[in-house]
Amino acid sequence: MSGSVAVIDYGMGNLHSVAKALEFVQPGVEVRVTADPEQVRSADRVLLPGVGAIRDCMAEIRRLGVDREVAEAIASGKPFLGICVGYQALMQHSEENGGVDCLGEFEGQVRFFGDDLRDSAGEKLKVPHMGWNCVEQATDHPLWADIDNGSRFYFVHSYYVQLSKRDQVAATCEYGTRFDVALQHKNVFATQFHPEKSQKAGLQLLKNFLNWDGTL
Amino acid sequence: MALAKRIIPCLDVENGRVVKGVQFLDIRDAGDPVEVARKYDEQGADEITFLDITASHEGRDTMVHTVEKMASQVFIPLTVGGGIRTCDDIRRMLNAGADKVSINTAAVFNPEFVREAAQRFGSQCIVVAIDAKKVSLQGEPDRWEIFTHGGRKPTGLDAVEWSRKMVEYGAGEILLTSMDRDGTKNGFDLGVTRAISEAVHVPVIASGGVGNLDHLVAGCIEGKADAVLAASIFHFNEYSIPQAKAYMREHGIEVRL
Repeated sequence: MSGSVAVIDYGMGNLHSVAKALEFVQPGVEVRVTADPEQVRSADRVLLPGVGAIRDCMAEIRRLGVDREVAEAIASGKPFLGICVGYQALMQHSEENGGVDCLGEFEGQVRFFGDDLRDSAGEKLKVPHMGWNCVEQATDHPLWADIDNGSRFYFVHSYYVQLSKRDQVAATCEYGTRFDVALQHKNVFATQFHPEKSQKAGLQLLKNFLNWDGTL
Repeated sequence: MALAKRIIPCLDVENGRVVKGVQFLDIRDAGDPVEVARKYDEQGADEITFLDITASHEGRDTMVHTVEKMASQVFIPLTVGGGIRTCDDIRRMLNAGADKVSINTAAVFNPEFVREAAQRFGSQCIVVAIDAKKVSLQGEPDRWEIFTHGGRKPTGLDAVEWSRKMVEYGAGEILLTSMDRDGTKNGFDLGVTRAISEAVHVPVIASGGVGNLDHLVAGCIEGKADAVLAASIFHFNEYSIPQAKAYMREHGIEVRL
């Protein structure tokens, strides 16, 4: 299975890494980097990436009508993948930038790690959480196929997601606090880490996404 | 299990070729930065840094193509530094597939550039490179100053204060090079590494002086660095990245294996 993937372009960050990684794992896949509703609607799969500050991201998402495209894609049942800010944007609210309302597709909050984050030994931890950390899978899922539980993925973020519904948690990670780094619900999967920068494990996840039919 | 300390091989690239070390081993094509980056990726490097030391505009275009080629084959974070002076320079490198850019001299002459860049592209992709040299005399409290032009020109700026200021302006990471140690193989300047790592809340990459694996360990433990950068020990195949990681792990450092 391959077909076409719409990588939603709302002007934030580097979409090329994601597009190149998809092309690498599935040569011949049609990757559309686009915000055009028609292009998104007709794609077989939809990917919402994102880096940067949530206020700017949400402003662009609303200005370009990407909020409607996302809602439609999620409701359509086609495989949907959110990455980093594209995961956070699906929540109800983020503490970043003094508080920003997000898309509210899922019940959850985006919280700041804090200025005094410490590990279990009391050592001060840097924020952003930047680098390779272990991802503990919370559930079986087609997107975890051939990925060892506890594999390290690449993160770069200062805010983290707390999901309200525990059955939607697909993975957690520990950094001063334990938080939800992946979400799964029906045809939607989303990650705080960057699979496109996470070498073998990350490429496997993207490959699994391209092979996924959106069901469990 | 916790966040891993990162090992970052650094490639000096001139006119599309790696110029430090590697070419001695295989003169035909070992100097191709994409090939070298792929080798390090396969060995398990956590990131790659490309330092563009090309002087000409033509060379800079070559660098963009090199980054493009690398970004379609290597899927770990890529930082590009050298000659980043404007937001257009940053945009070009990010579009080519870089994940972060490293700003050095331009930050010293125009600190507002760091603020502008962080606002436009996000702190997560803005690395500020600091070249520091110890200026305190024996018996005085330790003091390090920022130098430019490969360590030749003093600026009068205190390195620890400068790091704090750069983070306040939006730097998401500090790449700290000791100009006293760079190229010596005597190990990092652990004093300045620790001073800056404790002064800022963002990750600090230690650079300059790595000659053996104990230096990497010391950089993480005594220097409190979040990542260690090295060039020649890897280029000359003195040590491989898996060797370095195994050694660090033996010494209680969390690494990605």
